Amino acid sequence: MAEVSQDSAPKKGKGKRAKKLPTRIDFTPMVDLGFLLITFFMLATSLIKPQTMEIVMPSDKNVAEEDKSVAKASQAVTLILGKNNSVFYYFGKSEGAKLIKTDYSAEGLRKILLEKNYNVAKQVEDLKAEKSKIKMNEDVYQKKLEEIKANKNAAMVRIMATDDATYRNLVDALDEMNICSINRYAVVDLDDENKSLLNSYKQ
Amino acid sequence: MPKVKIKRKSTWIDMTAMCDVAFLLLTFFMLTSNFTKKEPVLVMAPPSVSEIKIPERDIMTILVDKSGHVFFGIDGQANRLMLIEQMASQYKITLTQEEKNKYCVLDLVGNPMSGMKSFLRLPPENRDLAQNNLGIPTDSTNNQLKDWVQAARMINPMARIAIKADQDTPYPKIKAVMKTLQQLDENRYNLITKLEENPQN
Repeated sequence: MAEVSQDSAPKKGKGKRAKKLPTRIDFTPMVDLGFLLITFFMLATSLIKPQTMEIVMPSDKNVAEEDKSVAKASQAVTLILGKNNSVFYYFGKSEGAKLIKTDYSAEGLRKILLEKNYNVAKQVEDLKAEKSKIKMNEDVYQKKLEEIKANKNAAMVRIMATDDATYRNLVDALDEMNICSINRYAVVDLDDENKSLLNSYKQ
Repeated sequence: MPKVKIKRKSTWIDMTAMCDVAFLLLTFFMLTSNFTKKEPVLVMAPPSVSEIKIPERDIMTILVDKSGHVFFGIDGQANRLMLIEQMASQYKITLTQEEKNKYCVLDLVGNPMSGMKSFLRLPPENRDLAQNNLGIPTDSTNNQLKDWVQAARMINPMARIAIKADQDTPYPKIKAVMKTLQQLDENRYNLITKLEENPQN
């Protein structure tokens, strides 16, 4: 293969020619070089692009009164991210609410949110099953998903982080929103009411 | 007894095929690669199930390390040149063309504007060490991050904002960054995370 034969031309005439040796090229150094470069590119590149999570924060400018979405007490969930990976939650209004402590595991926060958002989560799951069964167009799927998530009776979550929480806690909480198909959530500041609730829990 | 002589065959292996394979792989890696950007500090992004990929262009990155130091950078060398010129004139610092060019090759910079000139004069290998404990100030009295984002927004109105923070960063540090963005009416941004298996799939 690596021989370049030079006597392929049909010999004509009687002229005597010096017999030419086939030119054989040693490819070993070239292979060495090739693999060296491969190694370099493999080490220097990142094949996996980082993932991102999109987040929309509430504007701090004055929002017109009709744009404010008012949550029914029955839909509202408040999460308070505490220290040492703990999270406190309560349903409904903050007056007279009792905090319950849980964690970020599948058995903790996710279970609670899924129960609260059962109808929507169920519909989303059905939609996913339907999508895998029949080949559903991605656009149609996204549209249906939006419709389901825009359900007026879906859970509404306020996420409040204390100063003891870490960034990971926040991302975990936002992640649970994704997993539990909760479309309406907001990261808000910890107000005095909830602060006192948290203090009363500790005592 | 006469010895049986085994004629030794030459061990010439044809390397052509192997060479082909090596260069095929090389071509693949060269075409698919995007180089890992060098970050001034090591940051462990938290895991999430989100599968949205980050765009490569039109992006401004805010990096927050474990202790809350903030770094900022935008893509595109031409954009960076405009950015540093804008910032220098805003903070009344005179930078030479050489110093501006030095800024253009840096992905992320986390240095207060007051120390920017001496920072850019440092040899490249000393830079990371010099800014590790500084970061861009985000306090309410001296919010330089706000100016950086504002200037970058003017230069590239299409750019998305991506926040990459360490998973152990305390929340108040993140809150300072988020509040800054909120003041600028930048309410839509991306948080960079690592991929985690979605428990529902």
